[in-house]
Amino acid sequence: MSRTAYTNARLLDPASGLDAKGALLTEGTEIVDLGPGLFPDGVPDGIKTVDCAGHCLAPGLVDMHVHLREPGHEHKETIASGGLSALAGGVTSLCSMPNTDPVIDNVGLIEFVQRRAREAKGAKVYPFAALTKGLGGKQLTEFGMLAEAGAVAFTDDGLPVADSQVMRRALSYAKTFGLMISQHAEDLSLSGCGCMAEGEVATRLGLAGIPDISETVVVERDIRLVELTGGRYHVAHISTAEAVDCVRRAKTRGLRVTCEAAPHHFALTDIDVGDYRTFAKMAPPLRSEENRAAIVEGLKDGTIDAIATDHAPHDQESKRLPMAHAANGIVGLETLLPLSLELYHCGHLTLLDLLRRLTLAPAELLNLPGGRLAKGAPADLVLFDPDRPWVVDTSKFRSMSKNSPFDGRPVQGRALRTIVDGRALFTLDG
Amino acid sequence: MSRANSLTQRDLLGVEGLNPDSVAEILDLSETYVALNRDAQKKSDVLRGRTLILLFFETSTRTRTSFELAGKRLGADVINISVASSAIKKGETLIDTAMTLNAMHPDVIVVRHPDAGAVRLLANHVNCAVINAGDGSHEHPTQALLDALTIRRHKGKLGGLRVAICGDIMHSRVARSNILLLSMMGSQVRLVAPPTLLPTAIERMGAEVFYDMRKGLADCDIIMMLRLQAERMQGTFVPSTREYFRYFGLDEGKLGSARPDALIMHPGPMNRGVEIDSVVADDITRSAILEQVELGLAVRQACLDMLGTEKSPGGV
Repeated sequence: MSRTAYTNARLLDPASGLDAKGALLTEGTEIVDLGPGLFPDGVPDGIKTVDCAGHCLAPGLVDMHVHLREPGHEHKETIASGGLSALAGGVTSLCSMPNTDPVIDNVGLIEFVQRRAREAKGAKVYPFAALTKGLGGKQLTEFGMLAEAGAVAFTDDGLPVADSQVMRRALSYAKTFGLMISQHAEDLSLSGCGCMAEGEVATRLGLAGIPDISETVVVERDIRLVELTGGRYHVAHISTAEAVDCVRRAKTRGLRVTCEAAPHHFALTDIDVGDYRTFAKMAPPLRSEENRAAIVEGLKDGTIDAIATDHAPHDQESKRLPMAHAANGIVGLETLLPLSLELYHCGHLTLLDLLRRLTLAPAELLNLPGGRLAKGAPADLVLFDPDRPWVVDTSKFRSMSKNSPFDGRPVQGRALRTIVDGRALFTLDG
Repeated sequence: MSRANSLTQRDLLGVEGLNPDSVAEILDLSETYVALNRDAQKKSDVLRGRTLILLFFETSTRTRTSFELAGKRLGADVINISVASSAIKKGETLIDTAMTLNAMHPDVIVVRHPDAGAVRLLANHVNCAVINAGDGSHEHPTQALLDALTIRRHKGKLGGLRVAICGDIMHSRVARSNILLLSMMGSQVRLVAPPTLLPTAIERMGAEVFYDMRKGLADCDIIMMLRLQAERMQGTFVPSTREYFRYFGLDEGKLGSARPDALIMHPGPMNRGVEIDSVVADDITRSAILEQVELGLAVRQACLDMLGTEKSPGGV
């Protein structure tokens, strides 16, 4: 089997706390050795050598919240194009959301997603399955059989599970298999026809607002249900200070509650909606500075376990509309690393703590094989320069969609090479 | 010919973007049209050869008629497009509609649209001047300007006044444009409504909020009533019409707490017995409601004059 040595690297592994100059050796699809003392006398003959030039070598990023749009909306993104977009962003594993057309709610469709991902040879794809049939919010999907087929968690993402009884049963039944339920926490009756966060900006623009409370009430209710059922509950794209606080208290009480936050919720606020910028429209919406600061705080103190993009590709036609009619969501895979690194550059998180939220934490939440540098772990790696300055240019995105509010933003840090199962599938400018 | 004007923008999309000088200039020019409109010979030829398109995605009687008459009295060719007959119903996007109309080289497009921000979106895709005739709950600048002209004619000034805007502030573009304009001119704006009809953080726009109408009207120089739309009365925002009228309808009793010379205004159309009592609305010594309509025409003539005589950039 082919062996590759990555030498002269800054090895970063949040699982072991390793942050040292050293080398790493892969054989086939696995990491077989690593450490500061590897190859003291140089790399032996017969091993391909990659000189990392002192750059960071870390576990490949794991993005637990991605919309791939296939099947159903292949003009926005396919499993293949999304996989390439992920690689360009340093992401080696991603979780696809089930709100496609048709909805991923049966074993056949889980197998379809996996087959398309295998054919595409991009990032690894771990599908989430729908929590209820057709995202209808009523009838549970076959958790056990879907999980056996490869579904890693269950969610009606895009739509919240509104019915308390359905949520109670989902949390309860999922315990049978130790599965996680992820919730898009939003009370749609409180959100109404809102198209941005409620507050001064929305009022000035004359737009109907989505209040913070529409997230909080659902998180509060669900945590009560977790207390009752002992289920495993995860808040997707958490965006309010109050909800972060609910999760913080639940964790203190020992409940099995986790959450993720998206980069736009710690990088932007409702002010960035500016003059009706539909590229800044997403669900949950960009919120106030107080909420943004609370997301940063939640990431710092570990209340927020993971950073995930909520990558939501849309074509131009879905966004070139009045704010009220524009589609929700932004693409995120190719800006995940630099935006997350802003937390490191601003001194909020150490590089290892940041990487934990981008790799190990989501992998552990979902029992995925990657997320660490260790002997026997999959050779899913990202080589990146945390300091490299560049300007986001959506026209260069690998994603089929360009709907990003970050176009033109000066950022720092970039993936130079992305390795999946020992093979370099992305090399910057190469 | 291009009349020198202080409007820095090609379009009139909102009061936001105007300054006290440009407001004064529009109002001064409007005065000349008030006089002209009272003459037997009402025609002018400032817009002769110019094309004005009225694009209304929402039903409107007074605003559309006012703009149409304003355009015709200035000698422009006026085209009316309403949503019922437009390609929008056939699925054309707003931007395609904008580009299609733009290819016909109009000089001014007046747009009303149910969505906030839609008029700006359209303006970004045409070469001619665009006037916002109301976009969702965002702005309705010519209404605020005609209200300002009405106030100035009665009070001799726009600053130093206490103005109460009463009713459905949440859904009102008229309220937003008036808050911006009157605050900018140095008047004090009060908002009187139940909390369900007030948008979050509205006080951050520089207005003071009152739930008690008598307190809100105390010592006010101007009372602006807003229409409560029928679909908002049925138990979601307020429990009933009669309860609303009891606490937020303008009647003789509540009017008593305002200044004796307080001017009563309403952008129309009125719901008599819902937000305003007929006795008050029809009191010609206090109510400026019909005068607002007359002055609205003059204000729109002034706006068309200032924007429509700019030389349109060529090409599509």
